[in-house]
Amino acid sequence: MAVTREAMLEQWERPSVWQRLTIRDALWVLLVVAGAGFAGWFYQAQMDRYEFAILAGTAVALIAWGLYWPPARLFTVAVTGLALLALWRYGSDYELRKSAFLLKYVLESQAAFMWMSVLYVLATVTYFVALFSRSDFVGRTATALTWCATAMGMTGLLVRWRESYLLGADIGHIPVSNLYEVFVLFALITALLYLFYEDRHRTRAMGGFALLAISGAVGFLLWYAFDRDAYHIQPLIPALQSYWMKIHVPANFIGYGAFSLAAMLGVAYLLRAGAEARRPDGVLARVLPPLELLDDVMYKAIALGFAAFTIATILGALWAAEAWGGYWSWDPKETWALIVWLNYAAWLHLRLTKGWRGTPMAWWAVIGLFVTLFAFLGVNMFLSGLHSYGSL
Amino acid sequence: MNDTAVSKPVRQRTLGWVLLEFLGSMNLAITLLVVVAIASVIGTVLQQNQPYPDYVLKFGPFWFEVFRKLGLYDVYGTVWFVAILGFLILSTSVCLYRQVPGMLRDMMHFRTQVQLHSLRAFHLRAEWRLPNRDADAVLADVTSLFRARGYRWRIADQGAGRIAAAMKGRFNRLGYLFTHAAVVIIGIGGLLDGNLWLKLKESTGEIVLETRDLPARDVPDQSRLAPGAVPSFRGNVMLPEGSAANFVFLRLRDGFLLQELPFAIELKDFQVAYYDTGQPKSFTSQVLIHDREQLGDQPLAATIRVNHPLIYRGYAIYQSDFGDGGSKLELRAWPLSSAKLEPVEAKGEVGGVLKVAEPGGELRLELDNFRLFNLLPEPDSQVGDRKFRNFGPSIGFKLRDAGGGAREYLNYMAPVQLEQRWFYISGMRARPGDPYSYLHIPADARSSPERFLRFNARLRDQSWLQDFLTRSAGPSVENPEFQRNLKLVRLNLVDLFMQGGFAAVTERAKSVVPADRLREATELYLNILRDTLAEIYVEILREEGSKVEEGVSPQEEAFFSDAIAALSALPVYGSPFYLQLTSFQQVEASGLQVTHSGGVTVVYTGFALLVMGIFIMFYTSHRRLWAWLAVEDGATRLLLAGAGNRRQTEFAREFAALRAALEQRFGLPVAAVASAEQSRNGGGEQNSTS
Ligand code: HEM
Repeated sequence: MAVTREAMLEQWERPSVWQRLTIRDALWVLLVVAGAGFAGWFYQAQMDRYEFAILAGTAVALIAWGLYWPPARLFTVAVTGLALLALWRYGSDYELRKSAFLLKYVLESQAAFMWMSVLYVLATVTYFVALFSRSDFVGRTATALTWCATAMGMTGLLVRWRESYLLGADIGHIPVSNLYEVFVLFALITALLYLFYEDRHRTRAMGGFALLAISGAVGFLLWYAFDRDAYHIQPLIPALQSYWMKIHVPANFIGYGAFSLAAMLGVAYLLRAGAEARRPDGVLARVLPPLELLDDVMYKAIALGFAAFTIATILGALWAAEAWGGYWSWDPKETWALIVWLNYAAWLHLRLTKGWRGTPMAWWAVIGLFVTLFAFLGVNMFLSGLHSYGSL
Repeated sequence: MNDTAVSKPVRQRTLGWVLLEFLGSMNLAITLLVVVAIASVIGTVLQQNQPYPDYVLKFGPFWFEVFRKLGLYDVYGTVWFVAILGFLILSTSVCLYRQVPGMLRDMMHFRTQVQLHSLRAFHLRAEWRLPNRDADAVLADVTSLFRARGYRWRIADQGAGRIAAAMKGRFNRLGYLFTHAAVVIIGIGGLLDGNLWLKLKESTGEIVLETRDLPARDVPDQSRLAPGAVPSFRGNVMLPEGSAANFVFLRLRDGFLLQELPFAIELKDFQVAYYDTGQPKSFTSQVLIHDREQLGDQPLAATIRVNHPLIYRGYAIYQSDFGDGGSKLELRAWPLSSAKLEPVEAKGEVGGVLKVAEPGGELRLELDNFRLFNLLPEPDSQVGDRKFRNFGPSIGFKLRDAGGGAREYLNYMAPVQLEQRWFYISGMRARPGDPYSYLHIPADARSSPERFLRFNARLRDQSWLQDFLTRSAGPSVENPEFQRNLKLVRLNLVDLFMQGGFAAVTERAKSVVPADRLREATELYLNILRDTLAEIYVEILREEGSKVEEGVSPQEEAFFSDAIAALSALPVYGSPFYLQLTSFQQVEASGLQVTHSGGVTVVYTGFALLVMGIFIMFYTSHRRLWAWLAVEDGATRLLLAGAGNRRQTEFAREFAALRAALEQRFGLPVAAVASAEQSRNGGGEQNSTS
């Protein structure tokens, strides 16, 4: 062989980040830079230092996201396009939501959420059909439906952000301020987390289960919207008027989303383990996702959730220090966040230091969801405290 | 975790050792995590730090006492809860103490001592026989691959062969150190900021909880804390506009302490801004800080809003509450239980008490509350309608009799429109916490409660009634006996009605009429009563100057039904007068919270460590590779094995890539002796390296 030692060494070397960059990657970076640059230039008169910094930070985060996970690019472009279309159609007249066809039936936030809801439910069904029919085509359809639903939901949130300003300059705020809005956020984040694992592990077998959690959230959302009329944009009470809300709430929902995902994978695990024990060559034992995969992704989801939840709780503490006079008040919501956190800390310890795997951990992940659910919903419904957003 | 086993020398099982073993054990740690979680639930289910009487009311005296002994009204401050937290901190510290040396050693050591047979038992391994290859050259290839992939290594002779032990990502071990140190640090900081200090001072008798309702200047020294007496506190003070305070109250159990501040806060102005919808938009206090020591004669002006505290000399001052600072009220008390027509005018102040002399004994009128806005759901709206209406200013007061029993009232200043008619509304409840029942006094044509009150007064005026009923019956000669009787019946019925409403009338009927004629008789009574009331009402209208001869308008008719409904409710209303708010001058008060937390930097340091530690622990991994080489029968034998403590799937993928790179280098598949059976478990990705 005429390969020199040096040439070979180079081949052994893992290519550096720059070398691995493809044309598409470069295009993505350019696109985001151009978009952010345009926005900054166009709105420079209205922006202060902080807002420029936030814009730059957002651009960097988007670039990193798209490089780390290429499917995020098309998603970002689609959502940006749809949201801009809605903003353009709206102009400055909020009333157009009742008359303009495009807004009324597609892009108005409430309409977009309805599309999102329908698509998520469809996707859930499709994933299960794909699971049992073992059809790749159906599977790809399910993935596409999930992406579309997520894009509609994300667009809806962005449009709603704008709508709140159209409603009144002093009313405008990020749409993560009440239970209705955060349920949409929950569905989106859970879906994105799932899609990420689907892509990385190259399997759609977990889809139906992950989407069940989302469909559940959609069911609640619809009930809450129609039975309780919760979809109206409400002005922010003074306690919520803080930039901390913008980071604290989404961070929390990464945690909630990841924990729900883990719980649903736990359900799949228990089903499969049960099926294998009872009828090893039955349909269930064959089509359900393999145990190792479920165990692995369950751990990853809980680890991610735990990290996000830690950050969220810390952000909450920092916010509380600014709003309530102390970083910790043993307010019910805070306390329940601690309970959730301790619960998953115990879970991680058992797995990591005691080497527990399989069925007991799956059960625990499922029970963990109920603890999480109580922290998320139950506290608002049954307990009173300083946390004032979204009582039922 | 299979490679963190810390080798412990066999030691004597002393008591200390057993204790250490117990405290640092994983089982205890997990148990404690779960116990803290469960114990925390209690305090969220039972509302904490409420006034003690509320608990008595809720649980009854027996359970109140039991729960008080257990400390359930302030769970997070009880000795037992703090002790569990302390245990968790202790256990984590012991865990650190025992694990860290081993982990540091593990970070430093390359493990060149590993035996061939243990390597062969590794889950990730590959083995080759390479004829025509010089062992030194192979070793050079392997180590250059290690270098290319960022590993560091050591080479050692081992029996018949040589071993190159490599590792990377050893700082992953710091993740453990950071997270667990963070738990200890946050715990200690939290304890510093808790009310441990107060408890300590209380237990030594240095301070005594004040349980009486005293103004600040009367609080005795034993219940006062000088500035800096405790490192952390969280206290509140309610400042009326224009007043100043250099202290805050620390609420504790059923009493309070007074914490002095090294400066005074003066409230210049308090404002509430509202959205168009009527919901509050901001609460803002304009304050002046007076601090001769630091500021001289020039006070510091500042604005405090929710989410925007003022930090001054390490004290943080927050907008936390608001209330009434003694609004000046002008009141008019209309008699309800006598025949008097003229109201009594009075002046009062929120927070003050007026004494009212009544035939039944003196009443204390406690003016509790004044509200400028009352944004309430539309009365006839459906659940979820989200329609709100501002019902305008209101006063809240208590009427306390000599025995101490009190009823609470809530009176709205302006009449309220309900179903096209206007009412003065007054809520009453006999027990705190109950919902209010409302008295609806119809407003007359001049939007005043006067007509109703005159009507009421006339109905209680026996001589006027006698006179009126005689007049209205007209001169009759045919049957004077019957007329006298009818008048008596009418007087009686009116009296009954005024004492007990319609209910009293039907009750009376029951007691005097045989059962078989009850219905008829009751109907007759009610009809007579109604007619009588209607006649009197018309007389009231006439007195008012209305031209009743031309008929009674539908409005006046509706007024009549509303009026008798209200009259019928009066006996349970329970107040001898109707208190009308005629004018006010609002004085607002701002509730400020002042905190000082000595442990905050400690805690925040812990936060930073925790986040760093968690990410290091989850998203990096300590990876080890070993290459074992020996010369056998003119061929070089190479065994590659690997282990990582986290991210197993990623590591398996990396291992497969390394293996492929080596195989390519050696021009394999040539004489692969034994290839690892790696795909047995650990996910399907290991083969996806092509
Ligand atoms: C509130 C208390 C604690 C918290 C929040 C906590 C948190 C964590 C977390 C998040 C992990 C990482 C799990 C993973 O990577 O999957 C971990 C690992 C670990 N914890 Fe704890 N822990 C606590 C107390 C303790 C105590 C008391 C002990 C002692 C018995 C302990 C021993 C360990 C050990 C040995 C590891 C594995 C470290 C490694 O292999 O790198 N932890 N802990």
